[in-house]
Amino acid sequence: MPLSTSSNFARPDDAFRAIVEAHRGFTDEQSADFDAALVLILANHIGDIDVLREAIGLAKRRMIDGQQQQQQQQ
Amino acid sequence: MAQANTQQAKTQFGYRRHPDQDRPGQNPAEHPVVIVGAGPVGLSLAIDLAQRGQSVVLLDDADRIGEGSRAICFSKRSLEYWDRLGVGDRMVEKGVVWSVGRIFHGESQLYQFNLLPEDGHKRPAFINLQQYYAEAYLVDRISDLPEVDLRWRNKVTALEQRNDSVALTIETPEGAYRLHAQYVVACDGARSSLRQMVGAEFAGQVFEDQFLIADVKMTAEFPTERWFWFDPPFHAGRSALLHRQPDDVWRIDLQLNRYADPVVEKKPENVRPRIARMLGHDKFEFEWISLYKFQCRRMDRFIHGRVVFAGDSAHQVSPFGARGANSGLEDAENLSWKLDRVLRGKSPASLLESYHVERSLAADENIRESTRSTDFMAPNSHQETRLRKAVLSLAKETEFGKRMVNGGRLSVPCSYDTSLSSPDADAWRGGPSPGCSMPDAPVSSREGEQVYLTDAFRKGGTDFALLSFSNGAQVGAPEGVKDIRIGGEGGLADPLGLVAKRYDAEAGAAYLLRPDGYVAARFRHPTREAIAAALSRAQGLN
Repeated sequence: MPLSTSSNFARPDDAFRAIVEAHRGFTDEQSADFDAALVLILANHIGDIDVLREAIGLAKRRMIDGQQQQQQQQ
Repeated sequence: MAQANTQQAKTQFGYRRHPDQDRPGQNPAEHPVVIVGAGPVGLSLAIDLAQRGQSVVLLDDADRIGEGSRAICFSKRSLEYWDRLGVGDRMVEKGVVWSVGRIFHGESQLYQFNLLPEDGHKRPAFINLQQYYAEAYLVDRISDLPEVDLRWRNKVTALEQRNDSVALTIETPEGAYRLHAQYVVACDGARSSLRQMVGAEFAGQVFEDQFLIADVKMTAEFPTERWFWFDPPFHAGRSALLHRQPDDVWRIDLQLNRYADPVVEKKPENVRPRIARMLGHDKFEFEWISLYKFQCRRMDRFIHGRVVFAGDSAHQVSPFGARGANSGLEDAENLSWKLDRVLRGKSPASLLESYHVERSLAADENIRESTRSTDFMAPNSHQETRLRKAVLSLAKETEFGKRMVNGGRLSVPCSYDTSLSSPDADAWRGGPSPGCSMPDAPVSSREGEQVYLTDAFRKGGTDFALLSFSNGAQVGAPEGVKDIRIGGEGGLADPLGLVAKRYDAEAGAAYLLRPDGYVAARFRHPTREAIAAALSRAQGLN
């Protein structure tokens, strides 16, 4: 099964908000710790290495795009 | 640093002059196989080739068995190989048998695992045995084999590849001499001088963290299990490993930081307090202390002309996972039958290429596993440390977290994706597929003796075998292939049904097993032609 990028939540704002609120009151360091645990929990729930790799690829493209944008701004 | 060790005194060997040394330099003695390095791999390979009727010259630059216990964990697969070499019983009698490991984080246990949770295997998951014992037993076995000519204090100093042989120059206490060999097998360890002589690279990764390895002698009540700690109270922020060996000797591995000074850290007065903290007492003696930086590297090609590399000379891993000596022994069992066939002209020299293909695949797998373990123990960045911390904390309450904790993934035989295998033509729900090693199971002989399938495989010669499940009308084994029949008149009984279960076999099915105990092909409804075709494929004949 390929990575689903269509909108899966009936109420996407709730999902986004849930993640945002989970970080409230954390220092950056705590947020990073929390994200690490959350990523591992969700990755295991997906339980499909191909989907995980695709998700990593999609997330990584953000980083590359972001770097290119930064370079263009400079 | 090696402390005085009573065992090592027993394993000193004398240099003896050999008539080969008296031959004129332009007319050196010629031998079919010269093995360089009398460690576990070279010794085992020599025995295996001798049992196949080859004469072997085995050279070692030292005159005694190596210092320190070094490799201590020998796998089920290695023990099954040593059974075939006639030394398995002795290894297991002396060794400490174990199959359970525990992983701790801080003060508490995260989980435990059992590496062989089922019955019906002749050999346990692992034994722990000091490498010097293993080597001593192999040397003893060699003294029964006139085909092996073991020459101590014979150091290869030059190597020249010729069209049909390799010319070696060998330094001895009485000067140098020359030998010609059809094939040379370099089992001369991670710092292989033969590897340098053929000009091969040994590329890979060096881990910056240092590990202190100490063998201590003490009487202790710890169970015979592998205990691994992340961030233990006695060694904050780092990892530790405790393993039992025979003679009340315990192996302790302590992770140090990457800037630790080896000379200072190795001093017994500095090691002692660390270990006393771990054990809660200081009633122990040091047997051996060593400091390592681990490396994971391999040669690009395991065969250079007529020089074949096996064991640590070809590939090196970190020790977490017991993949060093065990993978070297798997190299030996893979190479031996192929080299024998090539030397006899029964198979083309191209069969040896399959040794490179199969064993470099295994080396990649071992390096991958060992690198992952080492990285988990010594994370490379803040984020890696953070992810590890998340795994360790999730492991307290989740099953998936426990399974992600990597305190070493222990050696299991690799399955070969190889041209020697015939792909399955039938549907199988289980059992070893072609390229996998044969699982063991209990059987009983005609006389009612309880034995194992690995015993039946060992008996009756060192060649291929056809394991068939009787239906009263099966095809016999081809010429030169041993017949192992389960069920039927004159066959072995399968009293617990475990052979049929572990091989997913119904009556009529058959497995073609290579001389190293790997599956070459399997058939639900074998025909003489199909078996013959699989056999010649596995022998590199087509």
